[in-house]
Amino acid sequence: MESNNLKKTDIIFGLCNCTSNKKYPVLAEVIQKTPNDIITEIIDSGLKGRGGAGFPTGLKWKFAAAGNNPEKYVICNADEGEPGTFKDREILLKVAGKVFAGMAICGYCINASKGYIYLRGEYKFMLPGLNKALLEFHEIIKELGYNFTIKILLGSGAYICGEETSLMESMEGKRGEPRNKPPFPVAEGFNNLPTVINNVETFVNVTMIQKYGVEEFKKLGTQDSRGSKVFSISGDTPNSGVYELELGMKLSDFVEEYGDGDTKAVQVGGASGFCVPRKKFDETIIGFEGVPTGGSMMLFNSSRSMYNVLSNYLDFFAEESCGQCTPCRVGCQQLVQGIKAVKKGVKDEEYLDTLLKLSESIKITAKCGLGQSVANSFFSIVTNFKEEMIY
Amino acid sequence: MINLKIDNIDVSVESGTTILNAAKKLNIKIPTLCYHPDLRIAGNCRICVVEQKGARTLTVSCATPVAEGMTIHTNTLKVRTARKHIIELLLSEHNSECTKCYKNGNCELQTIAAEYKITNENFIDLVPLHNYTIEHYSPSIIKDDSKCIRCQRCVRTCEELQSVSALCVAYKGDHMKISTFLEKSMLDVVCTNCGQCVNRCPVGALVEKNHIEEVWNAIYDPEKHVVVQTAPAVRVALGEDLDMEPGTIVTGKMISALKKLGIDSVLDTDFSADLTIMEEGTELLTRLKKALVDKDNTVALPMMTSCSPGWIKFIEHQFPELLPNLSTCKSPQQMFGALAKTYYAKKRNINPAKVVSISIMPCTAKKFEADRPEMRSSGYKDVDYVLTTRELAIMIKQAGIDFKTLSEEKFDSIMGTSTGAAVIFGASGGVMEAALRTVYELITGIEIPFENLNITPVRGMDGVKEASLKIEGTLPEWNFLEGVTVNTAIAHGLVNAKKVMKNVASGKANYHFIEIMACPGGCLGGGGQPIPTDSDIRMKRNRAIYQEDTGMKLRKSHENPEVIQIYNEFLEKPLSHKSHELLHTTYISRKN
Repeated sequence: MESNNLKKTDIIFGLCNCTSNKKYPVLAEVIQKTPNDIITEIIDSGLKGRGGAGFPTGLKWKFAAAGNNPEKYVICNADEGEPGTFKDREILLKVAGKVFAGMAICGYCINASKGYIYLRGEYKFMLPGLNKALLEFHEIIKELGYNFTIKILLGSGAYICGEETSLMESMEGKRGEPRNKPPFPVAEGFNNLPTVINNVETFVNVTMIQKYGVEEFKKLGTQDSRGSKVFSISGDTPNSGVYELELGMKLSDFVEEYGDGDTKAVQVGGASGFCVPRKKFDETIIGFEGVPTGGSMMLFNSSRSMYNVLSNYLDFFAEESCGQCTPCRVGCQQLVQGIKAVKKGVKDEEYLDTLLKLSESIKITAKCGLGQSVANSFFSIVTNFKEEMIY
Repeated sequence: MINLKIDNIDVSVESGTTILNAAKKLNIKIPTLCYHPDLRIAGNCRICVVEQKGARTLTVSCATPVAEGMTIHTNTLKVRTARKHIIELLLSEHNSECTKCYKNGNCELQTIAAEYKITNENFIDLVPLHNYTIEHYSPSIIKDDSKCIRCQRCVRTCEELQSVSALCVAYKGDHMKISTFLEKSMLDVVCTNCGQCVNRCPVGALVEKNHIEEVWNAIYDPEKHVVVQTAPAVRVALGEDLDMEPGTIVTGKMISALKKLGIDSVLDTDFSADLTIMEEGTELLTRLKKALVDKDNTVALPMMTSCSPGWIKFIEHQFPELLPNLSTCKSPQQMFGALAKTYYAKKRNINPAKVVSISIMPCTAKKFEADRPEMRSSGYKDVDYVLTTRELAIMIKQAGIDFKTLSEEKFDSIMGTSTGAAVIFGASGGVMEAALRTVYELITGIEIPFENLNITPVRGMDGVKEASLKIEGTLPEWNFLEGVTVNTAIAHGLVNAKKVMKNVASGKANYHFIEIMACPGGCLGGGGQPIPTDSDIRMKRNRAIYQEDTGMKLRKSHENPEVIQIYNEFLEKPLSHKSHELLHTTYISRKN
């Protein structure tokens, strides 16, 4: 019952000879071009970061390339911690070579010789395999006469360390807490040196753009959301798993394909994302012009209590906030306790409006993306499922 | 220069200036809590947010540098709502029983809440949901987590200014708290009791362990003879807590006030500071002689000062291998204490058991020092109670004394006479200068060749200062020092002390004598001094100290008549048997 409008693709995981057969032919081709040419290509491709925030990748590289600091870094953010997101695990298990190649291309573009993969602590089981693949990669890169090494560092389980500046603090051996921005990592990142940090999938896209060309990449997706995206689909679906789909799809088409026929809501982008109710499926585009996602798509059917869903997310945030900034640390606790109080009737339903205003303040005052996005799920669930919050 | 607009006013500031400081230039006040001018920017309380045209979120003004063409609004509906929310959130997590708080009336959160007229309980009280603890095992500091707003000023102070890191952030989210290594008691960690955290805590989460009631009880007890000593740095700062400008010298008024409180004898730590110079100066010369004449290579050089109890605990923890380098001299407070219950009691014909010895100190570590087991050489606890400058101000207010209009009185005697060399103990470089004034004259017979005895190279606020002095024209007895260049170093703030110690430990440094004070600026920036303290206020106190020195008739410790007298009548000579018994001490390694 595949929908006509939903286009499955096979680019990220698809077999190509670009990194296989103990060779990285894509790298051999890449180093024939100038860094500037490659950056221009990435900018032209319209590729946006696949971690969720969607910053234009080429632009990020251009900023990092601009400084002539002798030491710069490339970091691959593999601290896949967003609830409901498990696509990077799949990518690293199946096509790690494409990730390494993307990192090397980045290193070539910005003139960095050191790359790091910050791997989620729970993915430690992948380490032997990845390190073995890295040995091969390092040999090949040496043969190409190019100086770039990749090292894998393990996270220790804090959600906040997926936030890029916390991740760098963690890499430096410090407590994982977001930094003030500016300065941005492209100017002062890891060890306070210029750093490009991209999601696992973003690096794969870079590799594939170099392999197939900008025009091929642009054939997929929309004006604002070029290319395809790997989704991790979970919840009330008969087809949970990892799928690669073209960006810019309608949520209704998605639900038709992956729902169980009784889908009441889809949480797009994990706990920090947006909850879309059934009545808005048709008008919701999955992409940067609509509702963006780092990959997580959670489907809920009518047997689910959206109060429980929200309560679960808020508990998660209250625990996983780093705790340094007031709005996020205390705000999350207030949201948790607040919806509980309304549900129990200790506070009347107007208190939800007080909490909505608070969530708006959290969104505009929190120090990092985590705090700023708490309001996303809170606002979208409370406004769309108000009755469920009260009764 | 960067041009921007704040609240529709054009302003031009240097590149790198924060929005907060640019606004300050226009006399626009933006509230802050986690910001402290002595510390690295944290940007975590978020109270200072402003609206920046074109930005998706509000902008945190303390952490954001200005940019060309920026348009900032500091008082929009959005800003006001957000700030109010932040205050309400902080209050919901904070034990707000203000009337029962030691910091009542001197609390930055209270002030901001009052400004924004937070009257209703908008949010749920989270305090009962947290398992907050009050930690009171430290002899100097009480840590009450229920008052903490997690601004991390204390953590930054401990790390950046003191390189101690006794306080740290533990856990995350709703459990995030300021804690210690493995959540041990403040008594059992590397805390030096310096109290710099207390001085920077905006609320009542970190306060000194106060001894106000104990002191009142001693005063009211007709059986007791209460003796007070006042440290040099107190007299240039006490006024700040009593509605006077920073840098006002209040020595005479302070003495008046203490007498009005009912103190039997108001004496001066400056007396024992002069005595310290005699003992420590002689000790230095003895060590130099052993090294240069006897060629004894076991003698520990450079010699280091031992006046600052925070510094002592720091070296005991972090550089115990250098303990032999410490002067064995007790601090002036403890020299005074030992003499109060021996020499003084004898001279005044008072039973030492009835003497209550109280010190007024700019310092919280002095409370710890007074409690050290070594500090009982009089046969009693040498110093019974230590009050900080702040605690004395509280007592003066409690007694209903109008401090500003008080007449000026003089210290009682004996042990109340001092020289300018003693008062400068309150500033970084002061002990060095006082020692040099005396030692130089002792070995050459002439005054140290600096105009007006002002040895300016050792003064000032540089974290580490170095000065060298070539000795010429020695008296026959000291001719082994002829032509010797004495190298000195002075550091204040333990982060600077650590730098110097690393150089000493690695053998890189060739100093003979080092002065270390635990606190920024020396005792004048002590943890027990009035709040707030910042570089501008420290500078004003510093100027007042040297002004006090210049105004003294006697400016060299060895000329203090009461010092001469005590050697004649009681101690015989520096480093005598009696001196060793009462005025010198030992140290312990605290490294495990």
